[in-house]
Amino acid sequence: MVLHEILKQYPRTEDSLIEILLAYQAEKKDHFISNEEIAEIAQYVQTTESKVCSVLSFYTFFSNKPRGRYIIYVCKDVPCYVNESANIVRTLERLLGIKVGETTPNKMFTLEYASCLGYCNQAPAMRIDGKTYTDLNPDKVKAIISEYRGKQNA
Amino acid sequence: MLEMKKITRRCGKINPLSIEDFMATDGYEMLKKAIKMDKIAIIEEVEKSYLRGRGGAGFPVAIKMKGLAKEIATPKYMICNADEGEPGNFKDRYLMENDPHQIIEGMIIVAYATQANQGYIYIRGEYDNAINIMKWTIEQARKNHFLGKNILGCDFDFDIEVRSGAGSYVCGEEFALIESLEGKPGRTRVKPPFPTQKGLFNQPTLINNVETFANIPFIVDIGGQAYAKIGTPSSTGTKLISLSGNVKHKGVYEVPFGTPIIDVINKLGGGIANNRKLKMVQLGGACGPIIPEYMLDMVIDYERFEEFESKTGAGAIIVIDNRFDMFDILLRIVEFFAHESCGKCTPCREGHIQLANLIKKFINCEATIKDLISLESLARVMHQTSLCGLGQSSPTSIIATLRYFRDEYLDRIESSDMIKGEGK
Repeated sequence: MVLHEILKQYPRTEDSLIEILLAYQAEKKDHFISNEEIAEIAQYVQTTESKVCSVLSFYTFFSNKPRGRYIIYVCKDVPCYVNESANIVRTLERLLGIKVGETTPNKMFTLEYASCLGYCNQAPAMRIDGKTYTDLNPDKVKAIISEYRGKQNA
Repeated sequence: MLEMKKITRRCGKINPLSIEDFMATDGYEMLKKAIKMDKIAIIEEVEKSYLRGRGGAGFPVAIKMKGLAKEIATPKYMICNADEGEPGNFKDRYLMENDPHQIIEGMIIVAYATQANQGYIYIRGEYDNAINIMKWTIEQARKNHFLGKNILGCDFDFDIEVRSGAGSYVCGEEFALIESLEGKPGRTRVKPPFPTQKGLFNQPTLINNVETFANIPFIVDIGGQAYAKIGTPSSTGTKLISLSGNVKHKGVYEVPFGTPIIDVINKLGGGIANNRKLKMVQLGGACGPIIPEYMLDMVIDYERFEEFESKTGAGAIIVIDNRFDMFDILLRIVEFFAHESCGKCTPCREGHIQLANLIKKFINCEATIKDLISLESLARVMHQTSLCGLGQSSPTSIIATLRYFRDEYLDRIESSDMIKGEGK
């Protein structure tokens, strides 16, 4: 969906800003908001570009740089850590050939740390494309990543 | 029976997406009862129940309700804080995913009693499932005339909108959340004025946690006095505990206040997994104290927790076994807060970076007694001078470990000295 179609679903007030950014960024394959889009959004919610930028840089979900088709968020907090989340991060880094914070060369995956995902009862956990995967172990992670690779190739 | 399923009595037993299921188990009956009561009488029942906020700070709910009820400026807003981001907490997600209508019913009753006009549920962006469920639930409630205009045929209009967070922990702080709802970065405001005076869009606003709202129908049902008999004199009712870490059965358990922590870990959680030995337990979440095994007979109670100079009412219990190094755990906690600090006030913005540097010295065996003193004083300064609950409570784990695990700090300093000596 193009930006102006998303915009017209929201009232032209500043408090729609975060909702608009969330909705639009989720639609985009590269999950980021460009400078031109910042200008268009600012005009729509009747605020300044600098205010949109301050929101964009404050919230972890938003990015002003292109990211992969799938963003993998791995929890790094204590309840997951004591359930061996470090192992999950190592497995992902090895499988994808990238470090946390990087995007694969084919622009398919971005690997990021997340603050607690709220699935401490099923730790360790990660979240991809709005879906949370729990009780992870290296084998499970491998299967999940193959599934996404399959989706891309299909 | 250790568990006391009052707020969670429907969880797992009904289809959360079905309003029929909810209504077949007395759902919305308490709203019907409340709407026939005097508005002030509802607030008085809440006052008699001594219900305190379940989000962490433990503020008496009736005081907030009275505060909003007496404001004459309109519109008046009500916010359900579902920005559950504290590591180790997942009980609000559990409530939203298993009994969403109960939360809505609680919100409508409070709105009626305080004459609020518009409600919001601010759910953290990571909770995709809970967001969808709450949106669906509100739609169902609206179709059945529990939300919207002339609710249950009375002269009472109220509606609720779901808003999503965008990955910021500090937005669980009430004023940061309000700023976020206004479409701004989540940076707190200086109090007073309090939200009930000037909150969302500078209008009177009442803000409560998910679990707090879920308690309201139960109070209307049994009455404030009967509710106050559950738990302890200073902490009434039940508490949802998020049990995680190295226990056999992790999960959400509802227990009356006054339950010993050790019972939650051993009797409900089945003890430490894989026959390992317990090292320490963090209470409340990342901002809570870390305590040793010999203190686990302490009971879950607001007053008992206040001894740690921390408001740890959110109810997480994170169990850590002896494979883990205390300083590794502390570094994770401090780095979490360094990332989540909004940057508005100096003690919090700069303090966490320096705390992390000091902890790293302990990890790398480079610490001296001077570092211990710096750590102690920095943690105190942050606790006393930060603007909001984040910086005020984040050093709690350090303050507590300096008290209960002081030997670990001293041992590490000693081994640092030895390593240095060998290097000469």
